Amino acid sequence: MTNVTQNRPLSPHLSIYKQIPTMVMSIMHRFTGMALYAGTLLVAWWLVAAASGEATFDWVNGIFGSLLGRLVLFGYTWALMHHMLGGIRHFIWDTGRGFDPATSTKMAWATLAGSITLTILIWIAGYATRL
Amino acid sequence: MVELTLPKNSQPKPGKVWPKPEGAKNTREFKIYRWSPDDAENPRIDTFHIDTDDCGPMVLDGLLWIKNKIDATLTLRRSCREGICGSCAMNIDGTNTLACTKGLDEIDGAVKVYPLPHLPVVKDLVPDLTNFYAQHRSIEPWLKTVSPTPAKEWKQSREDRAKLDGLYECILCACCSTSCPSYWWNGDRYLGPAVLLQAYRWLIDSRDESTGERLDDLEDPFRLYRCHTIMNCAQTCPKGLNPAKAIAEIKKMMVERRV
Repeated sequence: MTNVTQNRPLSPHLSIYKQIPTMVMSIMHRFTGMALYAGTLLVAWWLVAAASGEATFDWVNGIFGSLLGRLVLFGYTWALMHHMLGGIRHFIWDTGRGFDPATSTKMAWATLAGSITLTILIWIAGYATRL
Repeated sequence: MVELTLPKNSQPKPGKVWPKPEGAKNTREFKIYRWSPDDAENPRIDTFHIDTDDCGPMVLDGLLWIKNKIDATLTLRRSCREGICGSCAMNIDGTNTLACTKGLDEIDGAVKVYPLPHLPVVKDLVPDLTNFYAQHRSIEPWLKTVSPTPAKEWKQSREDRAKLDGLYECILCACCSTSCPSYWWNGDRYLGPAVLLQAYRWLIDSRDESTGERLDDLEDPFRLYRCHTIMNCAQTCPKGLNPAKAIAEIKKMMVERRV
């Protein structure tokens, strides 16, 4: 008998599975975690610039202060807040709580709403203290 | 490993659109994954229409109506038609469930039916579950004791028996394991939600005397710890069980035995 298992197709998975909130937030947690690597490099760059002298520091600050720079920093703030709240969510799960499907769905939405709210508040606070 | 797309031989192509049943007043559209080992074709998505006035209310009724009245080659597993055997587990309307307990009225629009995700397909809606069953075997799902066997029975208090509620009801339909992205990417090494729920069922059984060895066996970066609490398992279980919680309890037992 020929080996029929050789040509068996793989059944569809990610492309057909419903995008349920808990799964999407898990993907976002991974995604923001990776974004934080890049963001942390920006922080390191800023600190190195500060240690390198006034001219370099002004130059780097100028880049961060440009429209594109601020957009990137805004995204970095959101990634940080989203990953932090996701981390708290995992911490709650580690205690054995919050596993009910309805509760975990609420927690997923709360992570998204919370991260957006915190990001906006941080930027309002940042602009308010600058003046 | 993470693989977001399907291999070339697995990508579904548009399939046959079967004519609507003649004289039917109320119809329902089904889009069903088909693949046959008898030719070298890619899988395809066939479109059928059922006469809802001539058919039962569940997705399984619709599938059997199609098999009886339109295309007898449509292949699927089914047995009890009341959610206790787990045979008709498949992906319906984007989530895994049992065709026999999923009502047609719970679905908006066309009824999309695929085999359980990320498994080798034997034919149409029948996936190969060999690995899943082998993993279940690997956790030794039976009572293991060293004490002399009592003359009559292994006794258990009501409180200890209650700890098995929410676990013993599992019918091993594989809906949860095949809903789990971690299991999709690492199903060769990660045991998956269903098998870990079964593992926990024996870990907390007051009569079992092999708890330490069972935990030793699970102490592994892949077998247990590939669970990232994505929660698809608990959201999809057709029996309303919570494998994610059972896995969290195993992780807690791992920590507790160290302190």
